[in-house]
Amino acid sequence: MDLTGAYASLGSDLGNAFSLVLLSVVGLVMVVWDSLRNDHRAIPWIGVAASVLAISFELLRMPGPAEKIFYGLMWAGGYASFVNIIILAATAFTLAISVHYLDRIGHNYGEVYSLVVFASAGMIVLGSANSLITVFVGLETMSICLYILTGLVRTEEGSVESALKYFLLGAFSTGFFLYGIALLYAATGTLYLDEMPAALAGGAGSEVLLWGGVGLLFIGFLFKVSAAPFHMWTPDVYQGAPTTLTGYMSTASKASAFAALVLVVYHALPAERWMLVLAIVAAATMILGNVVAIAQSNVKRMLAYSSIAHAGYVLVGIAAGTTAGYSGALFYLLVYTLMNIGAFGVMAALEWDGHVGQKQDLDSLAGIGYRKPLLGVSMGFFMFSLTGFPPLGGFIGKYAVFAPAIDAGLTWLVIVGLLTSAASAYYYLRVLYVFWMKSPEEEAAPALDQLMASPLSMSTSVVLVVCAGLLLVLGIYPGVLESTTLFFSDSAAAVAAIR
Amino acid sequence: MNSDFLVQWILLLPLAGAVLNGLGGLFLPALRERESLFGIVGTAVVAIPFVLTLILFLQYSGEAHVTTFYTWMAAGDLDVSFAYRIDELSLIMTLVVTGVGALIHLYSVGYMHGDPGYWRFFAYLNLFIFAMLNLVLGDNLPVLFLGWEGVGLCSYLLIGFWYTDLKNSAAANKAFIVNRIGDFAFLMAMFVLFKELGALDFGTILADPQALSQSNLNWVVLLLFIGATGKSAQIPLFIWLPDAMAGPTPVSALIHAATMVTSGLYLLARVSPLVLAAPQVMAVIAIIGALTAIMAATIAITQNDIKRVLAYSTVSQLGFMFMATGVGAFFVAIFHVFTHAFFKACLFLGSGSVIHGMHHVEHELHKKGHEGHIDPQDMRTMGNLRKYMPATSTTYLLSTLAIAGIPLFSGFFSKDEILFKAFEYGYSGNTYAWFVWIVGIITALLTAIYMVRSYVLTFRGKERWPMADEVQPHESPWTMTVPLWILSSLAVVGGFVGLPGVIAHGEWNWIHHWLGAPYGGPVAEPVLPAHGGGFLAIEWGLILLGSAIAIGGVWFGWRAYDRHGLDYDRKISEATGRLYGLWRGKYYWDEIYDRLVVQPLIRGSEKLLAPFDEYVVDGIVNGVGHVTRGAGQVLRYLQTGRVQNYALAIVFGVAVVLGIILFG
Repeated sequence: MDLTGAYASLGSDLGNAFSLVLLSVVGLVMVVWDSLRNDHRAIPWIGVAASVLAISFELLRMPGPAEKIFYGLMWAGGYASFVNIIILAATAFTLAISVHYLDRIGHNYGEVYSLVVFASAGMIVLGSANSLITVFVGLETMSICLYILTGLVRTEEGSVESALKYFLLGAFSTGFFLYGIALLYAATGTLYLDEMPAALAGGAGSEVLLWGGVGLLFIGFLFKVSAAPFHMWTPDVYQGAPTTLTGYMSTASKASAFAALVLVVYHALPAERWMLVLAIVAAATMILGNVVAIAQSNVKRMLAYSSIAHAGYVLVGIAAGTTAGYSGALFYLLVYTLMNIGAFGVMAALEWDGHVGQKQDLDSLAGIGYRKPLLGVSMGFFMFSLTGFPPLGGFIGKYAVFAPAIDAGLTWLVIVGLLTSAASAYYYLRVLYVFWMKSPEEEAAPALDQLMASPLSMSTSVVLVVCAGLLLVLGIYPGVLESTTLFFSDSAAAVAAIR
Repeated sequence: MNSDFLVQWILLLPLAGAVLNGLGGLFLPALRERESLFGIVGTAVVAIPFVLTLILFLQYSGEAHVTTFYTWMAAGDLDVSFAYRIDELSLIMTLVVTGVGALIHLYSVGYMHGDPGYWRFFAYLNLFIFAMLNLVLGDNLPVLFLGWEGVGLCSYLLIGFWYTDLKNSAAANKAFIVNRIGDFAFLMAMFVLFKELGALDFGTILADPQALSQSNLNWVVLLLFIGATGKSAQIPLFIWLPDAMAGPTPVSALIHAATMVTSGLYLLARVSPLVLAAPQVMAVIAIIGALTAIMAATIAITQNDIKRVLAYSTVSQLGFMFMATGVGAFFVAIFHVFTHAFFKACLFLGSGSVIHGMHHVEHELHKKGHEGHIDPQDMRTMGNLRKYMPATSTTYLLSTLAIAGIPLFSGFFSKDEILFKAFEYGYSGNTYAWFVWIVGIITALLTAIYMVRSYVLTFRGKERWPMADEVQPHESPWTMTVPLWILSSLAVVGGFVGLPGVIAHGEWNWIHHWLGAPYGGPVAEPVLPAHGGGFLAIEWGLILLGSAIAIGGVWFGWRAYDRHGLDYDRKISEATGRLYGLWRGKYYWDEIYDRLVVQPLIRGSEKLLAPFDEYVVDGIVNGVGHVTRGAGQVLRYLQTGRVQNYALAIVFGVAVVLGIILFG
């Protein structure tokens, strides 16, 4: 391999990987800042500013075609920019709503924010990878940060327990993932996703090696996106982790893992043999997530199962195996990120004594809508959108993943999806029923009065309003959905030619 | 100015007003006291669109212009676009909606003063205007339906505006539920059209009525008409409108008189090429319209609540408009929508002004320690109000004369045109039109009588409320009287846009030339055989007959009620006997529905559905619950700190995934 000018080439690519570089540097600055100065008030806002800056950069890059950087290890622009925007937006929102929340639960440490930023850097690597090694590096960078964040509330048993479970099971699934990479390499002789079709066309490797590798690789992804039956860590971890960080985990990490999965199936995999397994997993995930969510009385746990169900909807789009399905899945991830961050944000704002979060059942939330109209109304947006009501983003999102699946002949899967999402209305709207139509019990009233006394923080209100507003815009104005289809149109012909 | 730009702001301003008023009032409780703020914003976002519509109207080229903002969703053939159509019909409707709407917003500034829900009221009212504009401007049925449902929702919210009174909530529910039936029919019509034609935009569906088979066409038109009977309060779905008077009076004027209730007529005029191709359904429309008109008019004679008289009068006038539709005179129906918007809005606002004054009386009586309660809407406790409320009295009188059809007032031109068209259609060989014509003549007479009755009982005679020498009402503030004057002036002169055919052979009938398909407009007309030379004399004769009926009715009513007052009701009652009981009981529609539909439904639910719900539905739900809870137990067992079990599940998953992918 000729390495002349390698440094110059890598250096010139740094500009293309602006978001990644910026987040890594800012994360380091935050750690240093936290250790040198005893005042960590400014730290989260450094992270928010960096994310916003990176979002504006990616917005400029997005219309252009995706190009390979760092000797083909990663993508930049186009598709990658869209994924990065989802991750960065989730980061900015999470940092902004976490400040007051972590203050309230007494765990406002500076390193929390730098861990979030590092995790986001890992997600960016994962979501724009073009090599299986890059996928793995990104996945592990992200996961290790998330393990620590889950165990943030050290004093509480549940939090520590869930962190350990997450870590052990994560390590277990990573084993399968690595095996998958090894087998795929054995089958194709390359680690670069976009080189695999050509290698396979050349007749290299055996079927068993290839498909065994793909299966094991899928398992790693399915674990990260909490698809059934790899979902079992999800309710425990989501309930144990601090609420705003749960919102972050359930959105950004899923978005980047799904994005990497789409890159793998779009660039690397030849035939449609993998569609069936994803379709079956999608059906199981949607059924399990929605049915079990119905039985939950704790809102955070309900949202955990709901996030499992939504992973199923995204899988429906991917299982369609068409570019329309992939772009629908991408659009769904954006919508899902907004509504889930919002919903967890509302629940975080309602944890007034810092400990109720894990036990916060529906009854303790009666009549909140009238006491805190902003929380009540924005929760209305999030719940209706999660259910898939027009004219909110969730409706267009479901349409965007279901319609390609029908075109791909997966009508049975879409029927499962429609039935289960109809059932989901029960538990989503129950939240609104409790928020607006039930009166609080006598015992709960003092706690609510206490909540009334502390006004919502400005940053939380802004985040909730922005999320709700964007959901409405995405539901009424479909331009974003059209733009996601463009990511696959320019290079589709080239890929088809190779196949 | 660019018409896309104008259309955009005509639609967006009322929406922005609704959002601003709603969010401002909801989230900034301190702001709720600032009534002028909500009032000014709320009125401005309707008045400015009116000016913009006027610009559109003045620069209209004669070519229909479609503005497509964007496609909301496209699935297969179904293409739901936010597209709006500017043509003669939508322009005239938009002018009425924004113009009359702006006046009523201004009126509400004074009328709603002091109400704790002031901000809410303006938010709903703005939202209503937005929905109504979608209805009249939409270029395809889905957008029209969006507006159709939107106005229904706003109507529901505003009827139940004072929701703490259970009666008002019940009225709101009734309106909503009855309208659902009509909306269902509307949806079915849309489904049939889409299935047969594969498109829902007006350009495609109106292009060729022959593209549908005759039976499909009949069904579509009939279903659309059933939809219209819900929104526009015709037999058998009219029963919600009188109850809808529970809402604040400006709402009755705007939604339940001038705009929303005419949307059924707008719909039929919009699809007039289809309607004309279904002559049997046209006969149904005309006969239903005629029956509704005479039925509501006879009920109106017996009512003592001033708003209820006007409500039944509205039902009756809507019946007139459907009569016109049923004889193929769509442009005349729209003409009557146009004039009716002025005089009926003015009458309602006048009644609101009276109620405002009588509320003051009630309040003063209470302060003076008077025992007992007077109903501020009951005409039996009014009388001689013209002495205290001269502006209200004069404008109410002008509008009464207009609706009665006194020559040269606006109602004369539009109503006579309807009667003439019915006659002409019968003369051309459609027998049912004769029936319609005769019923129309009788109803016109009744209209003059009951409207004069309401004017005389309210504004003339002696004061009939207690302690009348000490406690008197006073005239309403300028924000309320100015709209009254404007509307009554329009009620007087508005008819000149549609001069009858006897003048210059119809060449001066502006509204006909503006809307009619023979002159390039969107509203179709039947082709009638040419009449003989003597027809001009018949036309003159009909005009004289119409004038004589109006003048005679007013004269009779005035003599009877000015001389005898309330006693004359008893005389009518004695003269008509049991018939009067039938009228007073409103033909027992509510009771019949209660017997035939509501009670069986309730009993059926108790006997059949409740056990079904208890055993079957609950059984399934609880069964699912038990299963999930059982699953939860298993999960809890697995979750007693044993990560191994989770890992086992993963291994199971690995086996499944690899099994499917390798051997599947």
